Amino acid sequence: MIRIIGAAALAATLLSAALTPARAASEDDFKTAYAAADAAEKQAGALRNQWTTTEAALAAARKAAEAGNFDQAAAQAKEAEALARASIFQATSEKEAWKALEIK
Amino acid sequence: MSARALFSSVLTALGLAALVSAMPPAQAADTPDPAADAKAFRDYFVKKFPKVKLDDFVNGPYSMNEDMRRQWEEKEQFPPYEFALEAGKEMFATPFKNGRSYADCFANGGIGIRQNYPMFDAKEGKVVTLELALNRCREANGEKPYSYVKDEMASLTAYMAFTSRGKPFDIKIPDDPRALEAYQEGKRYFYTRRGQLNFSCATCHVQSPGERIRAETLAPALGILNAMPIYRSEWSGMGTISRRFTTCNSQIRGVPLEPQSDEYRNLEYYLSYVSNGLPISGPGARP
Amino acid sequence: MASTIRVRAINSGDITEVQALIQHPMDSGYVKDAQGQTIPPHFIQQLTFEYDGKAVFVADWGPAVSKDPYVKFAFKGAKKGDDLKVSWIDNKGASDATTAKIQ
Repeated sequence: MIRIIGAAALAATLLSAALTPARAASEDDFKTAYAAADAAEKQAGALRNQWTTTEAALAAARKAAEAGNFDQAAAQAKEAEALARASIFQATSEKEAWKALEIK
Repeated sequence: MSARALFSSVLTALGLAALVSAMPPAQAADTPDPAADAKAFRDYFVKKFPKVKLDDFVNGPYSMNEDMRRQWEEKEQFPPYEFALEAGKEMFATPFKNGRSYADCFANGGIGIRQNYPMFDAKEGKVVTLELALNRCREANGEKPYSYVKDEMASLTAYMAFTSRGKPFDIKIPDDPRALEAYQEGKRYFYTRRGQLNFSCATCHVQSPGERIRAETLAPALGILNAMPIYRSEWSGMGTISRRFTTCNSQIRGVPLEPQSDEYRNLEYYLSYVSNGLPISGPGARP
Repeated sequence: MASTIRVRAINSGDITEVQALIQHPMDSGYVKDAQGQTIPPHFIQQLTFEYDGKAVFVADWGPAVSKDPYVKFAFKGAKKGDDLKVSWIDNKGASDATTAKIQ
């Protein structure tokens, strides 16, 4: 009996583990992710090269956090950070790369 | 004073003037040559579109597509910018509360001078566009500045463009390193990829003029500001150069800068300069 | 206040070609403003061109017509110097009219 319950419980745990992240994101997880994304976006701002999609992801993160959905909020914040970093890469590489497009 | 000039003056002082001319040219590769740029720019488009008359480039997509041109010529008999133009003429003639008027802020009373903008302001050390000059005129006379993107600013610039119709762009780059730098910055902005879509202005307007982006036919960069401000059917209304720069940015998923930011002022300087000689055709109508 | 109607009518033999540009917001009632509020419908419902007391062109418009509409048509039977009356009425009951000479 205990063995059966144990197996069922294990199966249930594994099933739920497959459907959810290893550990639900806490508010602190969101705050950390958002701070990183925000800092990256500010850096992109200093380079005068922010993307609208980064801003949208940050806004979605804030909205999800306000609703208490920290899984979603943290995921959006991570996406925002990735986008911000890409825009920083773009601005940095374009400092030289633009010359390739110039009509000579 | 540049390093080279200082060095050469030292050599001269030491009686070694003969050595001065033997020195290799300093930073020759980095020194911009706007006149050469403008010629190369023009030659590129003329070669790409041998059937288009030079002056016709100012008509943007209509120089690229016969059917669009036919529709546009018909509409020009009763152009959609007519209301804004009339409003602009009236606004321009109306004095400020202090009794002075726009005419007091501009050469020749503001009539027939649009082709000289943007101009480099030596005192400020920056480029001044027509839109910027208009708002500065207002503020200097105790009036609130207008939004840069549409409505009154579009009407005023429509009227001023109209008084310059047919006059060729005559942008000057004075012998001032700051002016040259502003020009170079504008050029760099034009060719730099930005936004999540990774487009530069050149991606559409140098690499693909005459081709389509979704349903729109792309205009060539040569003469692209000559028709501004424009009544754009997509906007169901008028838009200024500021409006076009900011919306182009957001269309490629780049967060637009503030209208009349240094980058935009320099971009307008570059684009206008390389179109020197082509006639002002504004205000214009576009799809 | 200036008229909202610009009209030009050019006669050539039997045919008179008419062009008109009308200043009107033509709000469909389906568009929202920057604050998310629906802009109420405000559009021309009927546009009429009259010659010699008779309607030669009547347009029944709705939300599908864009801002500042432009109309072009031709009709027979008019001469240079005759009057052409243009009038419109919108869904708020506002109206405007003007008379132009056929050139």
